[in-house]
Amino acid sequence: MFVITCPYCGERDLSEFAYGGEAHIARPEWREDMSDAEWAEFLFMRTNPKGILAERWMHAAGCRRFFNMLRNTATDDILAVYRIGETPPKVEARLPATPSGEAPIGSGNDAVKIIQPGEGA
Amino acid sequence: MHGYNVLRLVREGLTGHKGWQPAWRKAEPKSSYDAVIIGGGGHGMATAYYLAKIHGMTNIAVIEKGWIGGGNAGRNTTIIRSNYLYDASAAIYNHALTLWKGLSRELNYNIMMSHRGVLNLAHDEGEARQLKRRVEANRLNGVEAEWLEAKEVKAFCPPISVAADARYPVIGATLQRDGGTNRHDAVVWGYARAASEMGVDIIEQCEVTGIATEKGAVTGIETTKGHIATPKIASVTAGHTSVIANMVGVRLPIESHPLQALVSEPLKPVMPCVVMSNAVHVYMSQSSKGELVIGAGIDPYLSYTQRGSLDIIEHQMAALIELFPFVSRLRMMRQWGGIVDVCPDASPIISATEVKGFYVNGGWGTGGWKATPGSGHAMADLLANDRPNAIAAPFTLERFVTGDLVAEHGAAAVAH
Ligand SMILES: Cc1cc2nc3c(=O)[nH]c(=O)nc-3n(C[C@H](O)[C@H](O)[C@H](O)COP(=O)(O)OP(=O)(O)OC[C@H]3O[C@@H](n4cnc5c(N)ncnc54)[C@H](O)[C@@H]3O)c2cc1C
Ligand SMILES: [Zn+2]
Repeated sequence: MFVITCPYCGERDLSEFAYGGEAHIARPEWREDMSDAEWAEFLFMRTNPKGILAERWMHAAGCRRFFNMLRNTATDDILAVYRIGETPPKVEARLPATPSGEAPIGSGNDAVKIIQPGEGA
Repeated sequence: MHGYNVLRLVREGLTGHKGWQPAWRKAEPKSSYDAVIIGGGGHGMATAYYLAKIHGMTNIAVIEKGWIGGGNAGRNTTIIRSNYLYDASAAIYNHALTLWKGLSRELNYNIMMSHRGVLNLAHDEGEARQLKRRVEANRLNGVEAEWLEAKEVKAFCPPISVAADARYPVIGATLQRDGGTNRHDAVVWGYARAASEMGVDIIEQCEVTGIATEKGAVTGIETTKGHIATPKIASVTAGHTSVIANMVGVRLPIESHPLQALVSEPLKPVMPCVVMSNAVHVYMSQSSKGELVIGAGIDPYLSYTQRGSLDIIEHQMAALIELFPFVSRLRMMRQWGGIVDVCPDASPIISATEVKGFYVNGGWGTGGWKATPGSGHAMADLLANDRPNAIAAPFTLERFVTGDLVAEHGAAAVAH
């Protein structure tokens, strides 16, 4: 569960917000020779990173404005909140040691991680 | 041999159960394999089993970063059904259902397959029309389906409330009688034992950290236990599909989300079947231990944390009490989450990619368990023959370019 700081209203519960998915995906300029593959890339393809994600949120039960957020999807740590049109700020995050490694955030992911010496049973 | 039978059970019972062997070999990686499967969930183990069994490829390995069956396989609520709308979906999910029916016998492993029936409820006229249409579509595809009116729903599932003054009255339901549930661990372990016996190496506590390519073709994988050479790699990693594909620069239309479930304290048998409701957004069945197994939809945001937010549970419990008022007096015991790989059309990807030798099986989202044997069967065929068979063909990555989507949001139901 997160508490999100809306840049317009301040700290609010996650349940007040609607999710807008990956941020900064620009709709391609219309061109006569645009290929289906280019359109598919815009419409469907997503980065889906395990790590830092720039994403859009909308404060649905508040000011109803869209804004951007940087979040670490391996831990759900919120790293930064910034307005639409702004460039994402530089941030640091506790990233997994390997691409699909699990962060030490509780028992939920023990079954799918490599147990280090001294950890687990 | 490790076969299980009554005689053995009696003999072991009389001798203190000291003779049981581990069900599968703990393998260490060889320097090369004919094919490597990344991910030891249900789909990965099934792929390995059918590759060895049907295609004679036994010099293969399954690489799993945790323990086999510790991912979504071990976290899902095992609802099995095949009543999807489109022909392509009916074909793969019904293929799986047919395989489920004989799987305990085939694997000599009791997967506790219970065909107790699955009800999908309608709460308004629009939904009833949609569901009736689906019943007809199912019948045309040979999928078992029928429509029940409210009082027939009550007779089939007595604990449900069909009160006419309910906020969301039950006005009818579809029933798939041969749908039901099974035992997730048994499926993974049964496939693992059978595959291991045929020579497949199952390598646990080993994470794939990179993929080596040369001139656009895969040559091997990097793992936490070293380099392994192989000309064929299947990513069968559910929530981590995008992470693996990213290692070879393949872009996918997948987003990973938490999906939660929870169980109640154990009760005597009260739930004769599986009940799912799209509109009030919850589903429930009862496990053989007596726990009510409850779930709903995904958490809305992308995440790999394998947990979820409390508001989702609050929402589904409110919906559940509306449908089953007796649940208000129950305590919930455990809650957990998995990470599901969601595709924009709520249908899976079983596909070769632009990188030669790199195949993807993923995007099963919230409802892939039911497809496990069918998915493994089709994936093994793709790996062995390098072209999709008739069942897999509609599920290649090309559909996102051609627009030939298999849009199953209606039938993908409240989640599964
Ligand atoms: C709460 C919940 C309820 C569900 N309920 C249902 C249901 O009722 N009916 C239904 O049909 N479906 C259901 N599902 C969906 C179903 O569980 C999945 O679609 C299905 O299990 C996915 O296939 P799998 O078993 O192979 O996945 P998994 O078991 O997740 O297997 C993938 C494996 O890949 C491994 N892996 C990842 N990265 C790497 C790496 N780099 N190296 C090595 N290994 C790696 C993971 O550790 C994992 O074990 C549910 C899912 C959840 C989370
Ligand atoms: Zn606001």
